[in-house]
Amino acid sequence: MLDSIVFYFFAGVAVLSALLMVTRRNAIHSAVFLITTLLSTAGIFLQLHAEFLFIAQIILYVGGIMVLFIFVIMLVRLDVPLPQIRSPLRQWTAIFVAFVVFGEGVYIVWKSRLVPGHGLLVLNPYPSDKLPPNTENLAKSLFSFYLLPFEIASVLLLVAMIGAVVMGKKRANTP
Amino acid sequence: MMPIGHYLLLSLLLLLIGAIGVITRRNVIIVLMSIELILNAVNINLVAFSRYYGDVAGQVFALFIIADAAAEAAVGLGIMIAFFRNRETVLADEMDLLKW
Repeated sequence: MLDSIVFYFFAGVAVLSALLMVTRRNAIHSAVFLITTLLSTAGIFLQLHAEFLFIAQIILYVGGIMVLFIFVIMLVRLDVPLPQIRSPLRQWTAIFVAFVVFGEGVYIVWKSRLVPGHGLLVLNPYPSDKLPPNTENLAKSLFSFYLLPFEIASVLLLVAMIGAVVMGKKRANTP
Repeated sequence: MMPIGHYLLLSLLLLLIGAIGVITRRNVIIVLMSIELILNAVNINLVAFSRYYGDVAGQVFALFIIADAAAEAAVGLGIMIAFFRNRETVLADEMDLLKW
C-alpha cells in the first residue's frame, strides 16, 4: 500500500514536470523542471531497492549533467521572444503519434496477462528480504563479469572529454 | 508491490514526452535535454526488470547509460558552444549549412 502511494507520487511528479519541461518557453525553466523529473526518477529507483543508482542519479545527473546544461544556457543567447515550436503541423503529428504509441503500450501490457504466470500485471517480484546488499552486489557484478564494458566506458568518457575540449577551444585563425 | 506494467508505462510515457520535445522544439539545448529525458526513461525500465527478476545486470546497464548520457551531454554542449561562436544562434532550423 505504502509502496504504491510512493510510486504514484513520484510517477505523477515525474510526468507532470516532464510535460512542463517540454512546453516551457524559457530554457532555464525547462532545466529546472528536468531536474525535478530526474529527482523523482531517483525516488522511483529507491522504491525499487536500487540504492546505488539512486545516489548515482542524484550526484551524476542532477549534480553534474544539469549543472553543465545550466552553464551553457547562461553562456548562449536564447532568443526567448521568437516562437519556440518548429511548426504546428509537426507538433500535432508528434502528439498524435505519441498518443498512438502509448495506446499500443497500454494494449500490450493489458494483453500480456494472457501469458500464464509471466504477464506484466501479475509477475511476482523477487522477494525483497532475499535481495543481496545492493551496492555490494552491483560492485561484484561490475568488476567481474562486466569488467571489459566498464573499461570501455572509461575510454568513452576520456574520448568525450577530449572531444569537448577540442570543440570548446577557440581556433587561432578564425576571425 | 506494484505490478511491473506500471513501471513500463511510466517509462514509455516519459520516453514519448522526450520524443515530442526532440521533434517539436527549435532550441537545440532543449532538444539535448529531451534526449537526457529519453535515456532516463530507459533506465526506469532496466531497473524495474532488474528488481523483478532479482538480477543485478539491469542496474549495471543503467549505470553504463548514465555514463553515456554524461559523455553525450559533454560532446553535445561542446558542439553547441562551437556552433554558437560561429553562427550566433541555437535554433535548430537555422542550422542548415549542409542542406540545400
